[in-house]
Amino acid sequence: MKLKTRIGVILGGLLILTWCLLPVAWIISLSFKSQKSVTEGSPGFLPTEAGFAGWENYTSVLENEQFRRAIFNSIGISLIATLLSVILATLAAYAIARLEFKGKKFVLTTALVIAMFPVVSLVGPLFDVWRSIGIYDTWIGLIIPYMSFTLPLAIWTLSAFFREIPWEMEQAAQVDGATSWQAFRKVIVPLAAPGVFTAAILTFFFAWNDFVFGISLTSTESARPIPAALSFFVGADPFNRPASLLAAGAVVSTIPIVIIVLLFQRKIVAGLTSGAVKG
Amino acid sequence: MSTTIAPRQETSAPRQEASDRAVAENSLGRKLVAPALVLMLLVTAFPMLRALWLSLFDYSLTAPDDQKFIGLTNYVTALTDPLFWSTTLNTVFIMVVTVAVELVIGFIFAMVMHRVIFARGVIRTSILIPYGIITVVSGFAWQFAFSNTNGFINGWLPLIEDNFNWFGEYGSAMAAIMVSEIWKTTPFMSLLLLAGLAQVSEDMLEAAQVDGASWWQRLWKVILPNMRSAIMVAVLFRALDAYRIFDNIFVMTAGAQGTESVSFLTYRQVIEQFQLGIGSALSVLLFISVLIVAFVIVKVFRVDLASARQEG
Repeated sequence: MKLKTRIGVILGGLLILTWCLLPVAWIISLSFKSQKSVTEGSPGFLPTEAGFAGWENYTSVLENEQFRRAIFNSIGISLIATLLSVILATLAAYAIARLEFKGKKFVLTTALVIAMFPVVSLVGPLFDVWRSIGIYDTWIGLIIPYMSFTLPLAIWTLSAFFREIPWEMEQAAQVDGATSWQAFRKVIVPLAAPGVFTAAILTFFFAWNDFVFGISLTSTESARPIPAALSFFVGADPFNRPASLLAAGAVVSTIPIVIIVLLFQRKIVAGLTSGAVKG
Repeated sequence: MSTTIAPRQETSAPRQEASDRAVAENSLGRKLVAPALVLMLLVTAFPMLRALWLSLFDYSLTAPDDQKFIGLTNYVTALTDPLFWSTTLNTVFIMVVTVAVELVIGFIFAMVMHRVIFARGVIRTSILIPYGIITVVSGFAWQFAFSNTNGFINGWLPLIEDNFNWFGEYGSAMAAIMVSEIWKTTPFMSLLLLAGLAQVSEDMLEAAQVDGASWWQRLWKVILPNMRSAIMVAVLFRALDAYRIFDNIFVMTAGAQGTESVSFLTYRQVIEQFQLGIGSALSVLLFISVLIVAFVIVKVFRVDLASARQEG
């Protein structure tokens, strides 16, 4: 590589790092500003010495019953929705990648349309129906829409993965004397597992991030997920949001995402790009 | 094994067997996709049809028994209300600006990630953080960053007074919303573009270089044309996503200073004011406008959806 290009790439790399991490550093820094200093106004990136709160904001956030409930709801709802959605998507993606059947185009088109669907359009009718059948403000009332909106992404990602699997190996194993169940379990499952796992991560991100359903289909803390709880968290003075407290809550809600990203960076990148683009 | 008794049927048997198998495969395929398909339609097609139906009524949850069929009146009300058009204009404005900016920045990021040798893992990990972060959190982070009492941006930017209130007027409030939106979604764009970039053949680039093409010429004559389908798919996905903008507006301005989007207006009618009739009409209009945007992008840029689904 030429020197000029190399300098450009290094500068570019630094630019990307700053772009991605500066706002994160900011929200962490804000979460260490004391509430008093925030009410009085404390501009500047870092907390001042007098306005440093230590872990104070984190303890008050974690002691807050509503917030704890919201974390519990978010984890539970997102995990269940992810699990169910990935199971259904695996069945569908297997059929799409492996079998010839009428209506395959229709399934793929439906998935494409739903991935682009303006979710807010559904809020009114779902609000109405959920209330009349009694699943408004419950876990299941959120799990159902999360599943249907993550299915398209999961189906694409998985069918892209499944197309790459050398399925002949299954027959080869059967010829070698394995039963079809053994062939499936010992040969196909290990090959398909990374794809399934990637689809699960992307599904989990979607469910964890959702806001529209979270605020429209819940009314109490019995099912309200984190994003909704954060946005409704006004503190004592409704005209002056407790910025540093909110920042601490925001940091807590980001920790699971950071852990997942750190552990599975490669898989996520592969999943994001394989489903969507390949000329 | 059984071949010894089969020769007589040789002409018809394979065909018969193939069609039996095809029938079995067809039915198995349908059974496997059915649960996913049913669930997807249950939560989208059914409520959409219901919205279509409700939009013909004067129906408010504050007076649920007082439902009255009023035909297309709700649509007329919505379409003649300047608020609907100003929110649509806002939404289109946000969509065009954010997608254009993201395309440029995302492409630069993709070029860097494509060439970078050191710290590859670190860069890819950090680029996934904005992607994975909750949009509401991004909205809060930027709202506080732009805040004139607790934010750092006024202090860092030259030419801007320290007490400038970004959320006090339309232009700057929209800018703040777009910054949050762009920050959060550029990584997704750049990863899609990176995948496209990986498909541009190095041989072709080298050949162009040997023939004396400048860097700029290589970019416009070799790289961009060869990753056209990747760019188009990224634009389509992001544009439709941007058209649905809701979270950032809800958190950052709550629609103040005329920054409402169509999604936000619809939400406000349905959930805050319980106006299911007119709210449903707005839902239908929102759905139709997304279809129009998708149609225009697919037609204008001739996006190949088959390649988006990896069939091409």
